[in-house]
Amino acid sequence: MTIGEAVDAAVAKYRGDPLYVLQVLRDAQAAIGWTPPEAIDQIATRLALPRTRVRSLVQFYSLLYDRPRGAYRVLFSDNITDRFNGSRELARHLLAHFGLKRSETSADGRVSVDFTSCTGMCDQGPAMLVNGIAITRLSEERIHAIAALIRARTPLESWPSEFFQVDDNIQRKVSLLGTPFVPGSGLDAAIGRGRAGIQDEIKRSNLRGRGGAGFPTATKLDGARNAPGVEKFIVCNADEGEPGTFKDRVLLNSFAPRVLEGMAIAGYAVGATRGFVYLRGEYEHLRAKLQGLIDEMRASGRLGTSIRGAAGFDFDIEIYMGAGGYVCGEGTALVESLEGKPGRPRVKPPSMVFAGYKGRPTVVDNVETLAHLTEIAIDGGAQFAHRGTRASTGTKLLSVSGDCERPGVYEYEFGVTISRVLQDCGAASPIAVQIGGASGLLVTPDEFSRRIAFEDVSTAGAFMVFGQNRDLFEVARNFVDFFAHESCGFCTPCRVGTTIQKNLMDKIAHGRGSRYEVNDLMRLTEFMRRTSHCGLGESAGNAVRDTWTKFRPAFERRLVAQDFAPEVDLEAALKPARRAAHRDDPAAHLTTSEA
Amino acid sequence: MDNLINIDNQPVSFKPGQTILEAAKAAGVYIPHLCHHPQLKPHGGCKLCTVMVNGRYQTACTFKVVNGQEIDVDTPELNAMRRSLVQMLFIEGNHLCPTCEKAGNCELQALGYEYEMMSPHFALQYPTREVDASHPDVLIDRDRCVLCERCVRASRDLDGKSVFAVVGKGHEAKLIINSPSGLLADSDFAVTDHAARICPVGAILIKRVGYAQPIGERLFDHEPISAEANVCEIVEEAK
Repeated sequence: MTIGEAVDAAVAKYRGDPLYVLQVLRDAQAAIGWTPPEAIDQIATRLALPRTRVRSLVQFYSLLYDRPRGAYRVLFSDNITDRFNGSRELARHLLAHFGLKRSETSADGRVSVDFTSCTGMCDQGPAMLVNGIAITRLSEERIHAIAALIRARTPLESWPSEFFQVDDNIQRKVSLLGTPFVPGSGLDAAIGRGRAGIQDEIKRSNLRGRGGAGFPTATKLDGARNAPGVEKFIVCNADEGEPGTFKDRVLLNSFAPRVLEGMAIAGYAVGATRGFVYLRGEYEHLRAKLQGLIDEMRASGRLGTSIRGAAGFDFDIEIYMGAGGYVCGEGTALVESLEGKPGRPRVKPPSMVFAGYKGRPTVVDNVETLAHLTEIAIDGGAQFAHRGTRASTGTKLLSVSGDCERPGVYEYEFGVTISRVLQDCGAASPIAVQIGGASGLLVTPDEFSRRIAFEDVSTAGAFMVFGQNRDLFEVARNFVDFFAHESCGFCTPCRVGTTIQKNLMDKIAHGRGSRYEVNDLMRLTEFMRRTSHCGLGESAGNAVRDTWTKFRPAFERRLVAQDFAPEVDLEAALKPARRAAHRDDPAAHLTTSEA
Repeated sequence: MDNLINIDNQPVSFKPGQTILEAAKAAGVYIPHLCHHPQLKPHGGCKLCTVMVNGRYQTACTFKVVNGQEIDVDTPELNAMRRSLVQMLFIEGNHLCPTCEKAGNCELQALGYEYEMMSPHFALQYPTREVDASHPDVLIDRDRCVLCERCVRASRDLDGKSVFAVVGKGHEAKLIINSPSGLLADSDFAVTDHAARICPVGAILIKRVGYAQPIGERLFDHEPISAEANVCEIVEEAK
């Protein structure tokens, strides 16, 4: 297929609508293998967009490439749980096998190997994406097999299917995961209660957003319902990018009827007729199944016009694919991305319930929040509120990974203690748990009696267990790298601050840091919390702060004794001079005390 | 109501719909800013105009005034944060004030003086950035770009051209030109564009007028950026 043909097909598929430029780019790249400048120019012309706008997308989204990549594009998931399971070593094997450096493409154009942010397979890692499709449970053996398949240019479709197997690993069920769900029952229940009735039940349930912030769902829906305008939208935030979380992957794989009906119920309550599932690019493997379900729902009257025969209940859903970008999990950034722009968080106010997608009232809710709406429709708000705590009603899904015997998804009533979760997942003697992912909270054994709830330890679901001998400094450093990579670049404190943090952590890791660097890191963390544009920058220093506060020896054993170590490594700086002078005698080196 | 806010404990009257920055300017109160320009849509990216509104940090260029707001602008804590922001902008690029044509007229430099920046504090990053001298009348020196997107907005909203864009995530963010070659000469940019004269630093320079006004006799050589004369001058520009 020529570049022109690939662009034509992609543009035609999305009816030449510039709002879908990101989808056009994804499709065109899938056909071409990367996004050459000619493709950018042609897409810009065909969609009547500035070329810079199209290029900004290719530069922003990590799964779009402005340089040629291999026919096989291998991306190792780089979460700390992947690393602890040996991903870095496996990546080195594969790179060595092909004689490549990281992010380099082989001379024959066959293969490129790189890293990517957490792909949401922490319970079955180490994991990778090959041409966008997830492969789990990497081992040395599996890496050898993959190398052979790439060498033989075996099409991905012919690779052993067990490579692509993604398990749900559901370890504990309460109401959401434990109650059988009859398709259509959520819709029928909502229709039976009427638009006002379902709103009342959602209010009574005290359901709060499961994405982490815990905003009352009824307030959000009310806001959008009362906002002026006829065209309103429901967006399912399935951009599950927080390192260490994967429960939405499981919901979308095995409980999608609940999620999609939950969207329709939200639409019914708000008076919205269109819904989007914003699916993170890393979950490409879920797309076809989800699309099949949407088509089936439409065919059987559970989506479309007059749903289940209820006059005026019109709602339809489409899948919109992300292309790699953690920040898009932030609601306003997600809507920017949905409009075909780089995912930069918007200035607030206005709230999205007044001006979201295309400036129209929009509700953006987490996958899990929407799934709960079916429970509330069927059982009523009071029954829902019966579970959990007063301020945190219902159940919560936790994505448990790391050093434990039974990683996977656990459903608990809100208020469960951390120690209970640790006991259930078979964590022998953990030294810490990272709750809420890279932006979350590092919890130590003296805090294990704390509870998972909005009023205590609030989380979107990530629960990474660190056992004995795990180096918490390396955990913090991994998270700092992550934020430096994922910062969108819009505001000064986050754009520059995350890079400074990374450089300071690297300096300490290389044994050249002192208390001066630590003090700067702490100051930066507080500074970024106060001045950043969105939650990414506000929370980017959390892990460093927590590690310094709670695992000081992990830092201290790396620090040099001086008050200050200069940025320039003089010994290293002399290397080119030694090489030029053909000298390596002791006099050509600094004395060890100075080095 | 009486349309009054308190800025650093001084009552300031405002017109409904104004941002905090606009209300302050109209009253001759200086709130530092870099990405903001009165002729352009507020951006909110540089964060220099961060103020405390009723106990919360807000960006004054995007946050609307509401009657009775208690706003802190000139406090040691906020000024220290602004100094850090200016330092970050300095170390992120390659800024060599003594040889820069913009010295004395440069808002970043003026902010450095205003907030008593005695050193860059953070390690210099020495990024590799491209110069674009292709255009007959205008030079693009990306070493000095602070990614404020004034030129982006001016070209798009005032000139109707969209010559510029800032692309790339995090520290890879950079200014690019909308032309087939990526060079300014191949774009429809003209020296008469608003975007040619809106850069707060020396990243967009008009050729053949360099140093015509001697250093020492320039805008901020006479009075600091916070001086009332300069605040009012910017208000004039907006009209």
